[in-house]
Amino acid sequence: MDSNSETYILEVENLWKVFAKDKIECNLYDAAAVGKLEAAGGVVAVRDISFKIKRGEVFVIMGLSGSGKSTLIRCIPRLIDPSSGRIMMNGDNVSEMDQEQLTEFRRTKAAMVFQHYGLLPHRTVLENVSFGLKLRGVEQKDREMKAEQAIEQVGLKGWEAHYPSQLSGGMQQRVGIARALVQETDLLLLDEPFSGLDPLIRREMQEELLRLQEQLHKTMVFVTHDLSEAVRLGDRMAVMKSGEFVQEGTPQEIIMHPADEYVQRFVQDEQKIALMMEQDNKPSNVRTLPVRSGGCSDKAVSGTRR
Amino acid sequence: MFPEALEYHVAPYISNFVKWLLHTCGPAFDAFSNSLITIMVQIEHGLLFIPWWLWAIGIMFLSWRITRHIGKTILPAVLLMTIGMLGLWDVAMETLSIIIVSVVLALIIGIPSGIAMAVSNRVNTVFTPILDAMQTMPSFVYLIPALMLFHLGKVPAVVATVIYAVPPVQRLTNLGIRQVSESVQEAALAFGATPWQLMKEVRLPLAMPSILAGINQTTMMALAMVVIASMIGAGGLGEKVLVATNRIDVGGGFEAGWAIVVLAIIIDRLSQGAAGKFDNTNIQR
Repeated sequence: MDSNSETYILEVENLWKVFAKDKIECNLYDAAAVGKLEAAGGVVAVRDISFKIKRGEVFVIMGLSGSGKSTLIRCIPRLIDPSSGRIMMNGDNVSEMDQEQLTEFRRTKAAMVFQHYGLLPHRTVLENVSFGLKLRGVEQKDREMKAEQAIEQVGLKGWEAHYPSQLSGGMQQRVGIARALVQETDLLLLDEPFSGLDPLIRREMQEELLRLQEQLHKTMVFVTHDLSEAVRLGDRMAVMKSGEFVQEGTPQEIIMHPADEYVQRFVQDEQKIALMMEQDNKPSNVRTLPVRSGGCSDKAVSGTRR
Repeated sequence: MFPEALEYHVAPYISNFVKWLLHTCGPAFDAFSNSLITIMVQIEHGLLFIPWWLWAIGIMFLSWRITRHIGKTILPAVLLMTIGMLGLWDVAMETLSIIIVSVVLALIIGIPSGIAMAVSNRVNTVFTPILDAMQTMPSFVYLIPALMLFHLGKVPAVVATVIYAVPPVQRLTNLGIRQVSESVQEAALAFGATPWQLMKEVRLPLAMPSILAGINQTTMMALAMVVIASMIGAGGLGEKVLVATNRIDVGGGFEAGWAIVVLAIIIDRLSQGAAGKFDNTNIQR
């Protein structure tokens, strides 16, 4: 194993996902052929995307709905099978795994948090959190002990015996996060986890996630449509539009130097805030742009405005 | 008038086919017939062995577990008593034993095939028109092949009843599994569920309310068919109705009809209540 694959935990190379009725046989790099595919009703959801994520890094993929960001994140554990491209995780080639290896990968290497929680309505909080361990065949006693710990980590102690329908949205997503944490995977995949929550709760959950990240140093791929969320959470981020990365960099780079007019439109509000901050020279009231390297800090995002 | 030259009958072919079937597979049918009748006699003995007061207590106990309501607990037991008071106790137990055997067989066939329909679209496309046909066909039609293959008596009655009662549970099993939320299934897959684990841990438990509704429907269909099957010698309450109809004995017909209604009410309430208890997907605060 070379040093390169040690620093990068996840490497995605030239990933394509084309939804089409028939099997795709054309060369995806032939623009005319792809155009033909699209004309025939095919949809290119992910278009030749490559990125690398370091261990302990939070990588945010931001884009509007329909930009392909949810498809992209689902391609990593192959909930959606990519049409072409390579996914390397810790030196293992995910894209070439057979069904058995893939199941093992999903059980031990990557855990996912969903926008719509995806909790089992007929199971209690405790059973939901220990669900992944049950699938792995962990003994009931052991898995419940681990689940208890994860439930405590996300601040739901005392709710173990409740059912998801008895919980508020924010609490349900805490269960979703606990269910992912209990897997003790290196990689966490979060698909718009806080988009369904109201703004105050969303803010609270973001801070919760930063707090957890400070303890756990997970590697995260975080999908969102909310720029302020991306800025608050991301070490690095990419802006996605119709299946492509328009720009990739640190949140600061993207806000200060938007690559094109599309990104510019996204970030103009954030720029205004930054400008106001300079004029007023009152950084305590206004959110500062977090400049984080390595470990993240709550203080960088402790502004009151969202 | 339709031209006579265009007349064409399939009846002889079908009759010949059934004759051929009987000729070649006769022993198999007999063996099936004998084992089924043995089971049924055993069950009937078992049902009659339980004294009437134990029946009443048992039904009150179950109703109480389900409803927690005094009136709804006592009423089914009182209704059951009226069957005995009309002198139809033994006959009702005979009917009940046919229903039990038919429903068990219908579930053994219906639930797995419903699961197969949910898992495979191809199986679904094959079964859907068959089920449609089975449900639109008048129930009397099922009596004919059953009668031909198994002669008169309880066995053809059970066969006809099973055919008639399978569709609801099969359809509702299929529907229930297909209706399980995609996002829950996706989450289970993301955590490494195998297809079997997905079925066992997620799809079947979440389809349970629908499956139980199917079981309830199947049971009610079986009861209806058992009455009709008295025409081919099923015995039981249906026979009483049949005899009363033939003799224009309005009173006798009413008594037997009443007993059937009572059975229907009790079975329906109990199975629906049990389904409600199982319905763990809508737990409210």
